[in-house]
Amino acid sequence: MQGTLSMYLSAFIVGGVICAIGQILIDKTKLTTARILVLFVTAGAILTAIGVYQKIVDIGGAGATVPLTGFGYTLAKGAFRDVDQYGLLGAFTGGLKAAAAGITAAIFFGYLISVAFAPKAKR
Amino acid sequence: MQKAFTKEEYNKYVETKSPKSKILRNIIRAFVVGGLICVIGQLISNLLAARGFSKEFTSSLTSLILIFVGALFTGLNVYDELGRYAGAGSIVPITGFANSIVSPAMEFKSEGYVTGVGAKMFVIAGPVIVYGTSASVIAGILYYLLRF
Repeated sequence: MQGTLSMYLSAFIVGGVICAIGQILIDKTKLTTARILVLFVTAGAILTAIGVYQKIVDIGGAGATVPLTGFGYTLAKGAFRDVDQYGLLGAFTGGLKAAAAGITAAIFFGYLISVAFAPKAKR
Repeated sequence: MQKAFTKEEYNKYVETKSPKSKILRNIIRAFVVGGLICVIGQLISNLLAARGFSKEFTSSLTSLILIFVGALFTGLNVYDELGRYAGAGSIVPITGFANSIVSPAMEFKSEGYVTGVGAKMFVIAGPVIVYGTSASVIAGILYYLLRF
């Protein structure tokens, strides 16, 4: 087992809380899955921009990076890094560059598995 | 003739009929399942970091593995079962993003591999990428302007 117990505990709690917020939104506002995910990725990018999300990542580790808010964090952080390096152009290159592995994996594996498996009959 | 509900009246009606305990139960399930998926992510990330990979490589490969697993379990019809139990606990993690791609793509396979699978993959993932990327561009521009 790698890492300390407290590391896993904080990942569990931070990740759990982020998902619980999503559940509250689903139950209380009847938001659809698509809207929840869009809201979370955008919130992640905004919270990163104002410097809040980095603190959550420092505490929660994977608990903050695995939820979709972490996807927004990766995108925004990538944009900042490229702005530091290339100036204004970096705002356009950094986000997708940082998220490239995730997006490409999602498209490639998503396609392969959609083709390979058959959907179960609707109940 | 029965009186038709307006949307607001209907929402209020649903509110009074759905028990509070059910909402609490849903929140606890989302918390536990979502938390556990993050713990698995932490474990993968720690195992990779221990092999001496850089922070960036580790985080990319962790996402890649979780996305693969989420897509595979959707293909095996396991993930949607989990979703029925866990709600947001399975939707919000990155595995849920993979699920949101594979689930509609499989369902619309009968419409062909281009307008069926190819297009329906992005029913949910499309908006996520549009808003996520746009937010990162705006954040990047603001960062550029405010940096000095």
